[in-house]
Amino acid sequence: MQQTLYDRLWVNHVVHTEEDGTALLYIDRHLVHEVTSPQAFEGLKLSGRKVWRISSIVATADHNTPTRDWEQGIADPVSRLQVETLDANIHEVGALAYFPFRDARQGIVHVIGPEQGATLPGMTVVCGDSHTSTHGAFACLAHGIGTSEVEHVLATQCLLQKKSKCMLVRVAGQTGKGVSAKDIALAIIGKIGTAGGTGYAIEFGGSAIRALSMEGRMTLCNMAIEAGARAGMVAVDQTTIDYLQGRPFAPRGELWDRAVAYWRTLRSDDGARFDAVVDLDAGSLQPQVTWGTSPEMVATIAGAVPAPEDFADPVTSEGVARALQYMGLAPRTPIKQISIDKVFIGSCTNSRIEDLRAAAAIARGRQVADNVKLALVVPGSGLVKRQAESEGLDKIFKAAGFEWREPGCSMCLAMNDDRLEPGERCASTSNRNFEGRQGAGGRTHLVSPEMAAAAAIAGHFADVRDLI
Amino acid sequence: MQQFTQFDGLVAPLDRANVDTDAIIPKQFLKSIKRSGFGPNLFDEWRYLDVGQPGRDNSQRPLNPDFVLNQARFRGAQILLTRDNFGCGSSREHAPWALEDYGFRAIVGSTFADIFFNNCFKNGLLPIKLPAAEIDALFALVTEQTGYRLRIDLAAQTVARPDGRTIGFDVDPFRKYCLLNGFDDIGLTLRHADKIGDFEARRRIEQPWLFS
Repeated sequence: MQQTLYDRLWVNHVVHTEEDGTALLYIDRHLVHEVTSPQAFEGLKLSGRKVWRISSIVATADHNTPTRDWEQGIADPVSRLQVETLDANIHEVGALAYFPFRDARQGIVHVIGPEQGATLPGMTVVCGDSHTSTHGAFACLAHGIGTSEVEHVLATQCLLQKKSKCMLVRVAGQTGKGVSAKDIALAIIGKIGTAGGTGYAIEFGGSAIRALSMEGRMTLCNMAIEAGARAGMVAVDQTTIDYLQGRPFAPRGELWDRAVAYWRTLRSDDGARFDAVVDLDAGSLQPQVTWGTSPEMVATIAGAVPAPEDFADPVTSEGVARALQYMGLAPRTPIKQISIDKVFIGSCTNSRIEDLRAAAAIARGRQVADNVKLALVVPGSGLVKRQAESEGLDKIFKAAGFEWREPGCSMCLAMNDDRLEPGERCASTSNRNFEGRQGAGGRTHLVSPEMAAAAAIAGHFADVRDLI
Repeated sequence: MQQFTQFDGLVAPLDRANVDTDAIIPKQFLKSIKRSGFGPNLFDEWRYLDVGQPGRDNSQRPLNPDFVLNQARFRGAQILLTRDNFGCGSSREHAPWALEDYGFRAIVGSTFADIFFNNCFKNGLLPIKLPAAEIDALFALVTEQTGYRLRIDLAAQTVARPDGRTIGFDVDPFRKYCLLNGFDDIGLTLRHADKIGDFEARRRIEQPWLFS
């Protein structure tokens, strides 16, 4: 029988199946960060259990780390304790690789895994972080888990899991200039809703997906969780293989050839059956901007904020009214008339080299508008930062009035000092526009890196296609 | 883990869809390295009029009188009634920890986000999916009747209303078995340690690049 990529990845990792279909799934790669791991390590210690396979662990500190004045350490004592706890746990337990605070290779866990070649096709990848779906870009079965599951994987190298349904999201055709992977992701979420993928693993296919770089595919799979799907994935092709060659933890020599031969089988068979299929036409996609407090509340740059009465369902209508109130927006406001206070370019969604190049291309030779109090660029890792600096991107950003910071999760979730003040409005390349996400009372609009740069220059949302 | 059998509890209504984990427990409380003590900061931004910080005495903070859990009639609620897509967003297990620490033992809604749903079972918190029409009816009843309670029976997989109506719900047999017995998943999985070891040894031969 024809298999989907998801079927193939699933079958390859099942160790045992209970009568009701609950499977014990073998985990190849366990990514660990400071926020969701301390209780897991403590639980392990309290029960006197050992880590099953130390060489599966890749760890870094990213959520709490500051993005400037690194020489002064972490000022917030609560954040500092959490990062030091990770240091101590990894020191005691061990890991394949650990990139602590201030290491040249430190960065957002979902940026450094692929960058180091620690994420390889065909793997199961887990992390106590919902954006683990990112790694599906490499035809991995990758998803976020809770802290109890982190402990479970540490102790058993397995996860208890029931097989999901499988959805194919097919994006055919060619995207226009100024339309990026982020716009594809937001358009998909706008179409199927934030619960549209609940209970599914999503495979992204079609010519527009094949045309994306690995960075673009990571952006797309990263946002699968915002569509409700724990896992998103893209089949292996030459783009995947070219990206991985020569990475520090990628195989070499004869092993590389064997691995590549296997990786090329990681795709859905022609005629494989999916439980749901969603089609999008890439050619008709426009740059997207969210206007509400859920990623599904999204419009095109040419569009306007809706009114609650546009929605027949009373729960949806009330939700829209509440969102508009929180966002401080009047119904029918054209998106281009919404002015902003801050700009954030970064996060596990959009902080890779290609994202920074796209934003810098818009910022080059232009100035951040006077009404924008802060425009932050936070590279995804130390290596992304170094690469960007070698290309002179930092100079372009700084000349335009952006701040160029050290890597980390930063203002995506504001666990460090980078945050919105109550009522401030931000054009952000991150993944969630929930109430309070970027700081209590803060108002987040999700956009692509090039659209964030365009908003920074204009002081309000603007069509990046007018600046290309 | 706490064993879950049956109980009768007061219901509190949270009448909105897409309640995300940032709303359930805001990020500043995720800096804790403990598993307990999150209850006072459950729904922090909706519950209080000021911005909460870890380590602060929450009893001195101004409460938002409009927030449902601050109303006297819902004090001591053990069942949270909600709508679609509850628990969407991040994988933070701090969300079920906060709900459980506050005193909730069951969440009744029409749909749940996958990771949150999973995390609940690891903490003796039962997420119950009911058809949207049943949820609508329950919201009407909870709003009309002060002290509205439901009786939840996991073994029988039923939610019983005071008027005698009983609504069945689905739960995976394996999850039910673990929750009814308060079993620790890790202990159960380690019964298969030999099988895991064999699987791993085979994988090491077939795909050695995964183990370098």
